[in-house]
Amino acid sequence: MFYVLGFKPLDTLRVFFIHPLSSAYGISEVLLKACPLVLIGLGLAIGFRANVWNIGAEGQLTIGAICAGGIALAIGEQNFAFTVFVMVILGALGGMAWASIPAFLKVRFNTNEILVTLMLNYVAILLLSYLVHGPWRDPFGFNFPQTALFHPSAMFSPLYPGFRVTGSIFMVIGATIIAWGVVTRSFLGFQMTIVGKAPKAGRFAGYRENQAIWLGLLIGGGAAGLAGMAEVAGPLGQLLPTISPGYGYTAIIVAFLGRLHPVGVVFGGLLVSLIANGGESAQMQLGMHSSLAQIFQGMLLFFVLAADVLVFYKLKLVTR
Amino acid sequence: MSLLELRGITKRYPAVVANDDISLKVEAGKIHAVLGENGAGKSTLMKIIYGATAADEGQIFWCDNPVRINNPAAARQLGIGMVYQHFSLFESITVAENIAVALNQKLNLETLSSEINLISKKYDLLVEPDRLLYHLSVGERQRVEIIRCLIQNPKLLILDEPTSVLTPQAVQGLFVTLKQLASEGCSILYISHKLEEVFQICDSATVLRGGKVVDSILPSATTIGELAHMMIGAQPPTTHRQRGNINPSSKLEICHLSAPAEDHFGSDIRDTSLTVQGGEIIGIAGVSGNGQAELFRLLSGENLHSEPDAVRINDVGVSHLNANERRRLGLACIPEERLGRGAAAGFNLRDNLCLTHHGKNLVHYGFIKHKEADKRAAQVIDRFSVQCDGPGAAAQSLSGGNLQRFIVGREIELNPTVLIVSQPTWGLDVAAAAFIRQTLIDLSRAGSAVLVFSEELEELLEICDQIAVMYAGQMSPPMPRSGADIEQIGLLMAGEGFSTQATPQGD
Amino acid sequence: MDLAIAIITGTLVGATPLIFAALGELVVERSGVLNLGIEGMMLIGAVTAFGVAFAGYPPIAAALAAMLTGAAAALLFGVLALTLMANQYAAGLALTLFGAGLSTFLGHGFGAAPLTAITKISIPFLSSIPVIGPLLFHYDPMVYIAIALIPIIWFALYRTKMGLVIRVIGESPQSAHAIGYNVILVRYLSTLFGGAMAGLGGAYLALAYTPLWVPNMTAGKGWIALALVVFSGWRPFRVMLGAWLFGGVTILQLHAQGFGIDVPSQLLSALPYVATIFVLVVISRNRIFLLKNFPMSLGKPFHPGN
Repeated sequence: MFYVLGFKPLDTLRVFFIHPLSSAYGISEVLLKACPLVLIGLGLAIGFRANVWNIGAEGQLTIGAICAGGIALAIGEQNFAFTVFVMVILGALGGMAWASIPAFLKVRFNTNEILVTLMLNYVAILLLSYLVHGPWRDPFGFNFPQTALFHPSAMFSPLYPGFRVTGSIFMVIGATIIAWGVVTRSFLGFQMTIVGKAPKAGRFAGYRENQAIWLGLLIGGGAAGLAGMAEVAGPLGQLLPTISPGYGYTAIIVAFLGRLHPVGVVFGGLLVSLIANGGESAQMQLGMHSSLAQIFQGMLLFFVLAADVLVFYKLKLVTR
Repeated sequence: MSLLELRGITKRYPAVVANDDISLKVEAGKIHAVLGENGAGKSTLMKIIYGATAADEGQIFWCDNPVRINNPAAARQLGIGMVYQHFSLFESITVAENIAVALNQKLNLETLSSEINLISKKYDLLVEPDRLLYHLSVGERQRVEIIRCLIQNPKLLILDEPTSVLTPQAVQGLFVTLKQLASEGCSILYISHKLEEVFQICDSATVLRGGKVVDSILPSATTIGELAHMMIGAQPPTTHRQRGNINPSSKLEICHLSAPAEDHFGSDIRDTSLTVQGGEIIGIAGVSGNGQAELFRLLSGENLHSEPDAVRINDVGVSHLNANERRRLGLACIPEERLGRGAAAGFNLRDNLCLTHHGKNLVHYGFIKHKEADKRAAQVIDRFSVQCDGPGAAAQSLSGGNLQRFIVGREIELNPTVLIVSQPTWGLDVAAAAFIRQTLIDLSRAGSAVLVFSEELEELLEICDQIAVMYAGQMSPPMPRSGADIEQIGLLMAGEGFSTQATPQGD
Repeated sequence: MDLAIAIITGTLVGATPLIFAALGELVVERSGVLNLGIEGMMLIGAVTAFGVAFAGYPPIAAALAAMLTGAAAALLFGVLALTLMANQYAAGLALTLFGAGLSTFLGHGFGAAPLTAITKISIPFLSSIPVIGPLLFHYDPMVYIAIALIPIIWFALYRTKMGLVIRVIGESPQSAHAIGYNVILVRYLSTLFGGAMAGLGGAYLALAYTPLWVPNMTAGKGWIALALVVFSGWRPFRVMLGAWLFGGVTILQLHAQGFGIDVPSQLLSALPYVATIFVLVVISRNRIFLLKNFPMSLGKPFHPGN
């Protein structure tokens, strides 16, 4: 593809993949973008395994950010040691609360969660916009739609001066370990996977489907809320009308790239982040438009989805 | 000249020969029955005639000319119409639209509606073309299926178990229609397991068993008893199995259990009662579709019932408890669907063990003890001679026989006080079947109460102490096996001796 | 009065791309397929139409080209979801991502030069009637086409054999297959149609709505179209109502000050989404409505081999 567009393919691939990793700052940027993708992807993957299709991560992360940001603004200039901790809790709770709406509607009324979560995305973003334009707008912000900057005690500080990656990376690492434990070792995770993949067997075993629906949505919502909180308490430092370049949607793709397995999600998130950063490098270095990165990502996903099926069929043919 | 003739039709599937050298003839304007239990090969044969499947060997003759029927459209062109047991109708559209969908013409609902009305009046198959199918009862839906066939002016009409979903009154109505059709020259191929119906309307019959033709007979020259014998083929048991000692602490009781069907195709359960005591095996005979599946689900906990004492395990009312809770009280179940219900496809044997063993020391603070599960799975594999690649083998990679060995072994390892099993050896090779039957006997001798649903009467006669029969959701009182009268059982299976109340399906 | 006219005309114009995309997706979903890639297909259509018009070809060529590329994009989705049986939601999202990237990339060369918008046609004499004239008879042709499409689609879906086949496949592909229909082929055709319609919707955006190339110019309209399909309960005439509602709210929000309404604009904008959720819940409880209109096999892959 690159060849067709007049770029030297090898050079391009180098710029895309190697260049971002060739400097410490580059690596930090890749990790920075990967954190929310991995975190949300982990949560979503657990839900997808249980056949719970949460397309609303974007909205859930927004609500998480709003809740965390709200506390940060309320505390204002006061310097509490535990501010960040409270924000973390509220971020997760906010995301979970937002996800509990589709969970309730599905369990009670059997409404399709794909559509409800999708609609709620828009509502969440509009809510953020309202708050940032209105009640929460920074009075000293020159009328820009943004809140005041959070006090440093309400933020994750960068791990190393000059880099934007923050301590939230530890949160992501922790989440990965927990997700791995849940998916591969826990009984709950097992139940959810059975209910998703073999519902009749699940019923035979006595596993409860409603429980899987609630858990699937709440876990995804909580993870997204955490990611939202990490964004505003990290690189952003305040609430803005747009706090996410579509992390919620991209994370869905990351989850699939990772084949719904926690370790795969980590790699998937890193890969997607790498490509995104590579796209920026390509723009600067080669004059290539950054949207190519998006195309690349899309094509990658196509191939992975197709390959997944072909590999499965090939295995079937062999075992016969 | 015969209308339809089959010569030497053979169809093989990987695990079984569904049709083995089958030959039959249908004359024009006659009603010919194909009799046999489930698994005798009737459905496969019909699929071949209708073009939904191709035979491996043999020939089909239509009006004495050899033909090849490659697909349903070709069959329809010859003039063959088929009414499946499970209708291919759509609930979201009207009767007329349902019929239109199967026709090869442009949509013209008005003309079609008048045609429908004509046929409907002529054959007394009352339907309203503009009604949404969802609102129709099963009997009415069947009429739509039949009209759908009749509108194409068939020369041969195949009906697959047409009365399994009808009330007795509706059955009579259907027979009137069929006789009328036959008198007009349309032949009918009538597939059934219900003997007294065959006697009522069929001119001739072919009896199938195990994929082969047992005999072609004329009902006028046979008795019901002889027919039952042919279908079942069972010999009176020559070995006497000593019943184990009764263990009063294990008990399964079904007390006047009644439950409505879950959907149009299910059976209501009507006032069933049975007691299975520890140390004995009781079998429930009967053709599938008479309520066994529903009863199984009510007993296993997959379906709940509001009356807590309708099902009792070891003197505790359990109808409102789910599968998990019943397992904790000592129940184990083996359903007839192996892959997809008894075991989960896409998971390995160790995971499948956890399906029912999770209550037994396998879960520690929310985490599954994988090593322990592996060990136990290996034990099951070993003790029950499961041929596989170990606990990590994917469930779908096992052959039917081996998967069943695993499932049976898994449940036996739970040391249940009550075991319920459905179609334990369906589709299995002789060795596996014998092994599993012996396992069930051993379990009951060890003091557990065992309830077996099976379509194979031979099997029940071999292992059970008592046998009851289910028909249309009702259960006969159990009869002791020794001295069991095959003919009597066959008649019960065919519906004789059960009260015929109108089912709520109404019509 | 002028304000009211402006709002109504603005609504109709804003509703047009929604109607195209939603009608397309309605047919797709009726056959049992859920294509989340509407946004991507609209963007591809938009960039195609803009490019063709930019190169000097007449608008009708641009619109047709957009339908072709939209269908091509849908074909990609079709192969993934129908032949390879990959997860439909993931495939649709991949299409959105791909379409967004591709359109931004291709549109990059257009710069900021505006196109001449499709000229509005004025139906002679009728458009001179005061008030009603400009209200009803002074739009570009595509607005009229969109409105005309609604009864056409309704007719096709409910009064033709093809529509009947689509609907039964949506209810039960297994039964349709047993009768002898080629489920996969029909689904491919409906998917392609959906793609063409989405492309057309995108084309309208580029040619008339905002005749200026802006990256991601659909601004979420593809997702709104998806919501619209559900909001309408999969019925073509209700698509029109819903499109007016969604389109109207956007316009209303712009003119709200004019009416002296002091409601935050975001609240107004959020209304259609909240309304859709309510409609969803209500629909889910009404068995008969669901039965008649909700394609039961939606989103589930169909394996012909049984």
